[in-house]
This record gives sequence, C-alpha cells and structure tokens, in this order.
Amino acid sequence: MTNFGSSAPVALSVSNVWKVFGRDHGSFKSRPASARTAEAMAKDHLVGAVQAASFDIRKGEVFVIMGLSGSGKSTLLRCLTRLIEPSEGEIRFDGQDILSLNETALADLRRRKMGMVFQHFALLPNRTVLGNIAFPLEVQGIARAQAEDRARELVSLVGLSGRESRLPSELSGGQQQRVGIARSLATNPDFWFLDEPFSALDPLIRADLQDEVQRLQREHSRTAVFVTHDLDEAIRLADRIAIMENGRIVQIGTAEDLVTRPATDYVRRFVAKVPPARVICASSLIKAPVAAVSGLTVSGDATIADIASKIVADAGEITVVDPMGKPIGLLDRQKALETMAMKI
Amino acid sequence: MASDALRGKGFGWVYGAASVVVFLAVSILVLPSDFAGSPNAPWLGVAAWVDRAMTWLVRDASIGGLALSDLTRALAAAAQAPIEAMQKVLAEGWVTGAGFNKTQILPPMSWLGLTLGCAFVAYRLAGPALAIFAVVSGLYLASFGLWISAMMTLASVLFCVLVALLLGLALGIRAHRAPHIEPVVRAIMNVMQTVPIFSYLLPTLLLFGYGPSAALFATVAYAMPPMVHATVLALQAVPSDTLDLARMTGCSRRQTLWRVELPVAMPRLAIGLNQVVMMTLNMVIIASMIGAGGLGYDVLRALRRLDFGAAFEAGMAIVVLAVLLDRMTQAMARRQSAGTTGTSGLRTGIILAGLVIVPTLASLAVPALALWPKAATLSIAQPLNDAVSYINQRFFDPLDSLRTFALLKLMNPFRDALQMLPWPLAISAVAVLAGWLGGRGAAFSVFAMGLFVVVTGYWSATMGSLYLTILAVLLSLALGFPFGIWVAAKPRMQQGVQLLLDTLQTLPTLVYLLPAVMLFRNGDFSALIAIVSYSVAPAVRYAIDGMRHVPPERVEAAAMAGCSKWQTFRYVRLPAALPTLLLGVNQTVMMALSMLVIAALVGTRELGQQVFTSLSQGLAGPGIVAGLCVACLALIIDTLLKAAAARAVQRNGVAHD
Ligand SMILES: Nc1ncnc2c1ncn2[C@@H]1O[C@H](COP(=O)(O)OP(=O)(O)OP(=O)(O)O)[C@@H](O)[C@H]1O
Ligand SMILES: [Mg+2]
Repeated sequence: MTNFGSSAPVALSVSNVWKVFGRDHGSFKSRPASARTAEAMAKDHLVGAVQAASFDIRKGEVFVIMGLSGSGKSTLLRCLTRLIEPSEGEIRFDGQDILSLNETALADLRRRKMGMVFQHFALLPNRTVLGNIAFPLEVQGIARAQAEDRARELVSLVGLSGRESRLPSELSGGQQQRVGIARSLATNPDFWFLDEPFSALDPLIRADLQDEVQRLQREHSRTAVFVTHDLDEAIRLADRIAIMENGRIVQIGTAEDLVTRPATDYVRRFVAKVPPARVICASSLIKAPVAAVSGLTVSGDATIADIASKIVADAGEITVVDPMGKPIGLLDRQKALETMAMKI
Repeated sequence: MASDALRGKGFGWVYGAASVVVFLAVSILVLPSDFAGSPNAPWLGVAAWVDRAMTWLVRDASIGGLALSDLTRALAAAAQAPIEAMQKVLAEGWVTGAGFNKTQILPPMSWLGLTLGCAFVAYRLAGPALAIFAVVSGLYLASFGLWISAMMTLASVLFCVLVALLLGLALGIRAHRAPHIEPVVRAIMNVMQTVPIFSYLLPTLLLFGYGPSAALFATVAYAMPPMVHATVLALQAVPSDTLDLARMTGCSRRQTLWRVELPVAMPRLAIGLNQVVMMTLNMVIIASMIGAGGLGYDVLRALRRLDFGAAFEAGMAIVVLAVLLDRMTQAMARRQSAGTTGTSGLRTGIILAGLVIVPTLASLAVPALALWPKAATLSIAQPLNDAVSYINQRFFDPLDSLRTFALLKLMNPFRDALQMLPWPLAISAVAVLAGWLGGRGAAFSVFAMGLFVVVTGYWSATMGSLYLTILAVLLSLALGFPFGIWVAAKPRMQQGVQLLLDTLQTLPTLVYLLPAVMLFRNGDFSALIAIVSYSVAPAVRYAIDGMRHVPPERVEAAAMAGCSKWQTFRYVRLPAALPTLLLGVNQTVMMALSMLVIAALVGTRELGQQVFTSLSQGLAGPGIVAGLCVACLALIIDTLLKAAAARAVQRNGVAHD
C-alpha cells in the first residue's frame, strides 16, 4: 500500500513514549534526560524497552513496526493500546489522551474503537467460529441474534462460510487466524492492531493472509499498526515502516526511503537483502515533466518491479501518472533499467 | 537448585560441622540420659496445649457473644438438611408417620431408573463400554442388597463434591487474583495433603459432634485443597494473549472471569474435579467410622465380625462406585479438553429425565423397582468365607511360617534397631544429608521437623512408622521398578498395565486392607502387605514413564558406539531416567504414608495407631499432634527426595512428573 496521501488527518499521535522495566522502574520519571542513556539505566538495572518513541499515524495508514527480536516492538504496541502502562509520554487517539482515561472509559474506548489480532490467535476454545467472532459484540451487551448476524457477515468476509459451527480445534492455523481477523473487525473499529499475526503460520498461508489484509484495507481502510519481523511482509503491507533497535526507533519512512536513504548502518544492514526494484516507485525515477500522456502509462506508486515487463517490452516513452490519471512526467528508462539490474 | 546447593556450601561445612558437634555435645551432656536416647515421654506438652486449645474452642470460644460451638452445631444442622434430602431422593423416599402408620409421599429414585440414567450419561460421555459397566454395577449393587448403603455413600459424595468444588473454586480464584497470597495458600495446601486422613476427623468431631455432618466437614476440608490447587494452576495456564483479548474487547472483571478465564481453564478444572471426586470418595468411606454410614461402615462392621465375605461384597461395591465415578469424570475432562461437551442439550436432558422418572413412577406399582426384593438378594459371602477358611486351614503352615519368619527375622529387628537409634545423632545426620543435597534451608527445616517429633514425645512411634514405611517402600520399589522397566520395553502391554494402574489408584484405601487381613489376620505383616499393594502402583508408573522418555538420540548414540543391551541400560537409560525414578520413589513414599494410617485399623503400633486411638477416645491433642508428626515425616522424606531429584536432573536431563 504505497503512496499514502499525506493530506489525511492524524488519527494516532504518539509523543515521547517510554517504557522501562526493572525492579526500580517507578523512579524512572524523576531521572533527568542525561541519566536516560542505555548505559546509565543498565547500571540501575533498568531496561528501556521503548525509548522516546514519537510519531503520528494518519487516518487509514498502515504503520508497520519492525525490528529484531527483543527490540521492543510488542512493548510499543502494547503501550499504544495501554495493555501495559507506559512509563512516560503521551498517546492520543483522534485527539483524545488515552493515558488520562480511567478504567471504564478505557474499556469503552477499546470496545468502540480498537480491534486486535494476536500472534497465537487467542481464540476461545469453547466457542465456535461464530461464537468467537461474536464475542466482542456480546461483551458490549448486543443482542445475540444481532451479534450473530454481524458475525455471519464477517465469516463470509474472511472466506470461512460453511464453517460457522466448527470449534477452533477443528480448524487449521490459517483458518484460526482468519477467525482472529474477523473477530478483531467485528465491532468495525477505527484502529486495528496486529502483533506478528502471521509469524506462527507457514509461508504459503502467510502470503494468503497478507493478501487478505490488503483486500480488507482496500475495502475499508482503517488506521492500522502492524508488528512484524518479516521485512518482506512489511514491504507488502506498509505505508510507512518504523525500524526499532534496542528500544529506539531509528528510522521511520516508506520502504523506498529505507532502501535508498538508510539513516544508520543498522537500517542499511536490515534492508540489504531487498532488491531496490521492489521498493523504488516509478514517480521517483522521472526525467522530465510532461503535460500530456504519450505512449504507455504507469501509476506513480507502482514499483519498478511491478512495471518491469512494460519497461522491457516496449522501447517507447512511458508516462507516469498520479492516482487521478493526471500525467506527472516521463519515466527515466535508463535509471529504471539500472535499478532493475542492481544487485541485492 | 544449583544456587541452593552452592549456598549450602557457602554457608560453610565448617559452620555446619561445628553446629552438629555442639548440638550433639549439648544433647548428650545436658539432657537427662533417657532423653538423649529414644524418648517416649513428651518434653513439651504440645499435645496437652492442643487439647486445651481445642477444649477452649469448643467450650468457651465465642464470636460476638455467640458461642463457637453453638455456631458449629448450627452449621452442622444446616449441612444435615441438604444431605438428608439427597439421601431421601436417592435411597429412602419421603415418608410421614412411623411404624404401621408410615405412608410414602414420594418414592426414592428407582434403582433401575438411576442405573439406566447413569448408563445413558456414561454412553454419551465415553461410549458403550462404560455404559455396560454402569448397568452391571447398578445390577450388582441392587441385587446384592448394597443399594441403600451405596446411595448413602453416593449422597455424601455428591454433596461434599459440590461444596468442595464451589469453595475450592472460590478460594482458587481469590488466590490467583492476589499473587502474594498464592505461595502461602500453596504451602498450607501441601501440608494439608500430607496430614493423615484421620487427623481431619478429630477437630471436626469435636466441633460438629459425632455424626454424618462432622464427616462432611472433614471430607470437604480434605478434598478441597486439590481443587484450590487445580484452580490456581488452571487460571495461571490461561495464555496471556487470551487475557489481552479480554482487555482489548473491553471485558469487565466479571466478564473476564466467566466468559474468558473459566471457560479456557475448564479442561484443567475438570481434572481437578476428578481428583476431588476420588478424594471425597476415599474420605467418605473412612469417615464411616464417625457415623457417616454407608459402604465404609458395612466394610468395617463385617471386618469386626470377621465376616470376610460380606466385607468383600461391600468392598466390591466401593470398587465399582470408585471406578464408575472416576471413568465418568475423566471422560468429562477429556471431552472438555477436546472442546466438545456431549451431555448438554435439551434433548439429552429430556431422555435422561425420562429414563430416571419412568421406572421411579413405575416403582409405585411394582415395589421391586423401588428396592430389589429381599427374597431375591444374592450373596457370595458364605462361599467366600468358606474359601477363606479353607485356604487358611489348608495353607496355614506356609502362610503362618512366612508371616512369622518375616516378623521375627526381618521386621522386628529392623524396628528395634531404628527405635534404639539415639535421636540427636539421627536428626543431625538427616539434617546434614539435607544440607548436602538441598542447601541450608533444607537442612534447617528438616532439623526443625525432626526436633518437633522429639519434643512432642512421638519419637519412638515415629520410628515405628518409619520402619514400616521403609520396608513397604523398599518392597514396592523392588517389585514395581523392575516390572515397570520390563513393561516399558513392551509397547503392547503398556495400555493394559496403565489401565490396571489407573484402576488400582482410584480404589479407596480401605479396600486394600481386605485381602491382607483375610490371609494374614491383624498385625504388622498384614499392614505391610496392604501398604505395599497400595504403593506399588506409582513405582510401576514412574518406572514406565522414566524409561519411555529417555531421549532417543542418546540410545541411538549408544547403539552406534556398540554398547550391549545391558550397557545401554546401565550407562544411558538408567541415568536419564533417574530423576523420574526418584520422583517415583517420592510418590511411593507418600502413598505408603497415607496408607500407613489406614493400616492402623489392622493393629499396628506406630503413629497411625496413636491417631486412630485418640480418634476412638475423642482425644484431640494427641491425635492432632501425632498427625502432624506423620506430616513431618512425610515432609522430611519429601525434602530429601526432591532435592536428590533436582540434583539428578541437573546431571542427567529432564524429569517427567
Ligand atoms: N514484563 C517485562 N519485564 C521485564 N522486561 C521485559 C518485559 N517485557 C519485555 N521486556 C524486555 O523488553 C525488551 C523488548 O521486548 P519485546 O517483547 O517488546 O520485544 P519484541 O520486539 O516484541 O520481540 P519479539 O520479536 O521476540 O516479540 C526485551 O529486552 C524484553 O526482555
Ligand atoms: Mg513481540
């Protein structure tokens, strides 16, 4: 999902969020900034699982958090939903500061606005597919018949029709996670949180479900925060990617940004295996602006890999157009070919 | 574990040795000479204190002007009502008037109806085999004239299970919610499980009076701990993802508990239920002694008359009841974990009600359906008695010489040797061993428990228990381990053996006394046989488990290195299985100790007898303190063996609990 319109309003705003673990984590707030370096905190047996995270996510954007194991991805995600209490910082959902909410208001916000997909599915083993999907609605006290109607809609949305009355133990892993996805969307939330939702599945099923998520986002785009350590998955799904290293966010940007302008060595090594053609967009390789379309057209947010066949098949000019179909400029064929030939 | 052992070393062998020497010197030089040996009189009158405390509790204690004893008696009366109602439903029916004016208002459940209903549920839960077993069991109970007793027992079991279940769940949920009280609860529960069964009867007897309701309270107190334990474990095992789900969907606390935690924990809770049912049955049988009536009472009465045939019949009734209850609750647990529940649904309910009610209504017209006609009652008591006396006459010489030989040449000398042991030496040796195996904490707690036994004056009785336990455990291991190791190599036999072991372990302890007493009359030898037959099952089970879980790579590596079968066993299989085998020893010891106390019924002379005698005389103090001594013995052995197992794990790999 590329070329996210930067005109959408900010839906989730995160500023200076810290999460510190350790015996004496209560004292963290009173530490001066100079005592918040990794070494200084390690001396006091504190672990800065998330350090000074700040970013804004726009409405409808898919924001992916990436990093190695233990880099703090889950902790950050759980801070956003307040499943764990951040040590410091501010988190606003549509302008509302959720750290100031009391328990009931928080539960209410989660019921109305948030849906979450879990790594190990977290299905209730005693409930059928339908019962699991209807669960969030039931919790809200919605009448059973109505809840089941909505659940049935979602069953067909994720392609599980005919399996409504199966128990989770009678489903494959991929099917279970489809139930998990359907359940997370039951209340039609504005915010969608996914913590490594596909890492327990094998590669083919994983690709299926990634398509599924893309399709669902196309049909109804939600503000999504998606945690993964699979770079390929991130590139397929993300509008923007945040890379974490030891609790710090080291770079936020599109896949293309990360590959073409890595902020640190760590990021460079992280994306080293990505073929540039997979992430560089047509709109980045324009040699001259044009007013009118001539020859073939390609969409500006298509990657070079997407349009490779057109570039190779035809020797004529190729015009890059924006989503409205208005021409932006002519594609620099030479650079495009170089990009395609670039070694990973 | 490693750090404990290291800390033990850090504490210093020098200090350890020094304190042992000082302790020995003080106890030999300062204490009166008869005390430094094997004391028989209490040093501190702990038993008397407990007695006084109990008396105070029963006579004078009051809460806000209300005497405690009044309160407990009222509670007892309150508990009496539901259980009597249940007995009426199951066995007696509602009647008004007495004698010739007796008229029946409502009939009891027909034996046929209950049998069919039970068979139907068994069929839905576990299939035709269990259903057939249920029918045969029902016919046996009815036709042998054991129906009323069995229903009395069943009524007590059902009521106690219900109460223990609810209380256990509530306590378990509370303990789970407050993590800092969980270790406390667990410690209390562990001690409660090692205190012998009779010790539960004493305080309840005093507080609630002689009769069925005292038995009820004792049973609930005895059977509840495993439910608390199971609840805490089950709730702890709920995946954190699932708890996050509850929070993310905005569940309230109540919704989280009822719609998420308990349903997810259900399979484990069902396993807890199975344990509660089996422990309840065991205790209800034992509690017959304090007037609960039922099958246990039948067994005891028959034993007292030396009517082995009748005792056997009642014993078999206990066996079929135990097996039936166990299999049904286990099937329920299995269905729970498979995510299917077979007995729910309106249709099932209607069929069940029909099966029970139709014969019950019919019994108004056909009395034989209410109670099996007396004239048609079967009995094999007489032929059994004849057989027993024939065997005893025909084989008197070999049986008696076996018994005499064992008693005079093995058991008595060993007991005397143990009882001659000077206690300061004995407990410091055990404490040093504990320190070496498990560190400083283990040494101190073992020492303190040993000292408790000494100062309360039960040293010699404890040695009496220890000698029987050691012999029984050695015998069980000598029989059980080789057999288990042999079975482990024969995959085809395993299933049958497992089934047999499961069945043996569900039988209430009282049943094990019967064969031993039939052949060898009262005394230590019968007790030994009974204990061994009870505690051999875990030895076999753990041997099988240990052998089966040897990492196959190691066996293959040994084969590649050209080891012979014996070498593979000696150098690969045995070391890898050692931790499991040690746990098996521990389990065998615990089973032996719990049987020891029951074996007091056939006239042993040790702690169990002290508890039993105090029970029959209504002496709370000695009974409770002797019970605690049994617990101390159990915990000392437990500490030593667990530490040894932990060391073995460190060296050799994994234990399979
Ligand atoms: N409850 C906790 N107490 C102490 N430390 C914690 C706790 N939870 C997480 N941490 C630490 O915080 C750091 C970040 O953990 P986190 O689970 O967020 O990593 P992650 O990026 O999600 O890794 P993974 O890919 O393995 O899921 C780790 O070093 C971890 O050890
Ligand atoms: Mg994680």
